[in-house]
Amino acid sequence: MNPGGARILLIGYGNPGRLDDGLGPALAAAVERLALPGVTVDADYQLTVEHAASVADNDVVVFADADVVGAEPFSLRRIDPDPEPVVSFSSHSAEPHQILALAHRLFGARTRGYVLAIRGYAFDEFGEGLSDGARANLTAALRFIEPHLRERSFCGVGAEQGDRTRSRIAPSIGDEP
Amino acid sequence: MSTNGLKRVIIEPVTRVEGHGKVSILLDEANRVKQARLHIVEFRGFERFIQGRPFWEVPVLVQRLCGICPVSHHLAAAKAMDHIVGGENLTPTAEKMRRLMHYGQIFQSHALHFFHLVSPDLLFGFDADPAIRNVIGVAAKFPELAVQGVMMRKYGQEIIKATAGKKIHGTGAIPGGINKNLSLAERDVFLKDFDQMLTWSRGAVKIARDYTVEHLQELAPFGSFDSNHLSLVRTDGAMDLYDGNLRAIDAAGKKIFDQVDPREYLKYIAEEVRPWSYMKFPFIRSLGPRDGWYRVGPLARVNACDFIDTPEAEAARKEFMAVTNGKPNNITMAYHWARMIELLHAIEKIGALLHDKDLQGADLVVTGERREEGIGLIEAPRGTLFHHYRVNRNDQVTMANLIVSTTNNNEPMNRAVEKVARDHLSGVEITEGLLNRVEVAIRAYDPCLSCATHALGRMPLKVELFDHEGRLLDSRSR
Repeated sequence: MNPGGARILLIGYGNPGRLDDGLGPALAAAVERLALPGVTVDADYQLTVEHAASVADNDVVVFADADVVGAEPFSLRRIDPDPEPVVSFSSHSAEPHQILALAHRLFGARTRGYVLAIRGYAFDEFGEGLSDGARANLTAALRFIEPHLRERSFCGVGAEQGDRTRSRIAPSIGDEP
Repeated sequence: MSTNGLKRVIIEPVTRVEGHGKVSILLDEANRVKQARLHIVEFRGFERFIQGRPFWEVPVLVQRLCGICPVSHHLAAAKAMDHIVGGENLTPTAEKMRRLMHYGQIFQSHALHFFHLVSPDLLFGFDADPAIRNVIGVAAKFPELAVQGVMMRKYGQEIIKATAGKKIHGTGAIPGGINKNLSLAERDVFLKDFDQMLTWSRGAVKIARDYTVEHLQELAPFGSFDSNHLSLVRTDGAMDLYDGNLRAIDAAGKKIFDQVDPREYLKYIAEEVRPWSYMKFPFIRSLGPRDGWYRVGPLARVNACDFIDTPEAEAARKEFMAVTNGKPNNITMAYHWARMIELLHAIEKIGALLHDKDLQGADLVVTGERREEGIGLIEAPRGTLFHHYRVNRNDQVTMANLIVSTTNNNEPMNRAVEKVARDHLSGVEITEGLLNRVEVAIRAYDPCLSCATHALGRMPLKVELFDHEGRLLDSRSR
């Protein structure tokens, strides 16, 4: 890692028309408004393979998504590019570790990947806007991630390479121990 | 889970995107397949969501229906709203910008589906370990193909971004026209990579063609059946993915109806509700629900059109049709070859448009007589997409009716699953081989199930086996 010099990509994904499923794009929009040097922000409905090309152009990628059952208010975990069997029944979407794996394998990247999972609560209807709980979790996630993005340093963040266990951090902002 | 002594075998994929969806296979007392059903959760609540909204917001709002094909909904809604503002006769710049957006969508969608979703089945075989029969496996063994898929997808996405404005909440198409043209700088970016995209598209057609021809004996019966086919065609019978009139043909190629104005669709198409499925079953009124169901999408479009108006795709179409002696091809797995012919057609169209100076025109919007009803049809990547709205005098939407491509293919997908189950289920166990084949058959239709929510924490594929008294005998997930 090169503190202060890392190129960081934040991809917020989800459907803003499905209530809390829009947490990822909402975080992306909030980070974009900060206009942080060295930080590229992207937003999409879902992850697909072409994201691998832009991931490969960066030192760090943060995948920000809504979480149906995860920790409150959010969790951050390091992911590695080792592939896991994934059933692609019919969807055109991909998982973060797949995108990271494609970036490594196809483009020779060494990008470090993180998943920022923000807990949401309302997913099953059409509608714009976040639930109150999701909005609070978004605020907490933004407060946590902003200094890392601003300093362009993720040293010591998340689990070690190869450790798939969720590494929740930042208890000071409300994460449960 | 029994019904009159029948056993039900349930394959329930509750994946991250789909959210809901399962295959249930009903056995009789002799453990033969009695019935197979594909259950898909269609979008719910959209009509309520959109009621009362100003009509000009609709082309943006409908993109949230689907994270896979937002452009198709965007354009179909815009076409419907063209009628509301009396602006259906678009300026050349507006129509060509929309077409460029649409061909970009077709190109990226078909490329993604073929290279990253289907190619593992074709390259590794239906029975390959799921651990390698996926996009990562392709990247490991066929990295050049995986790169092609990524870069073709990216090319199409960039066209969408340049024409629609952005990837989420694109605003390019507006009632009566478009809100931007294509700058020369934007055009030159696409021209730079065009030759590479064309070359790769030719290669993709060859892969699909060679695979289908070499495995024809094996593929012909796989999930296959005779069916009607429906698509838009141009007035001269050419394939037209953006606009045209409705044509339906039967399994032998006889026209059921032709050159039907899309605004008259309700006179020709109806939808049946079945109690076991959220998703409706469209059918051709004159034939009734039993015989009037039809297929849409690449296979239907290539079958239904008289010709394709780009030279390389037309040559590929002729070769495709020769396999069935000029008659409609009813082989389910031929969808992949047809899809790649459309990929080639889309890039040929993109090439022609990029050299058209109308894309730099400044006349973007037209309006005319205000109306209170609008209907827009488009050939989305997965098939014919219907958008129908009514708007009151306060410009608020009062009614919305959508028939999405995957709904049009509901009955064919059910039939494909049932055919595979009958041919490949052995005993009362869901083997890996059966599960693989069910997936392969459904995947041929490229169904779009992402209307469901889309968040971390959804369950992976789950398979459950019950005896005739409803006891769970087996459960598998992966």
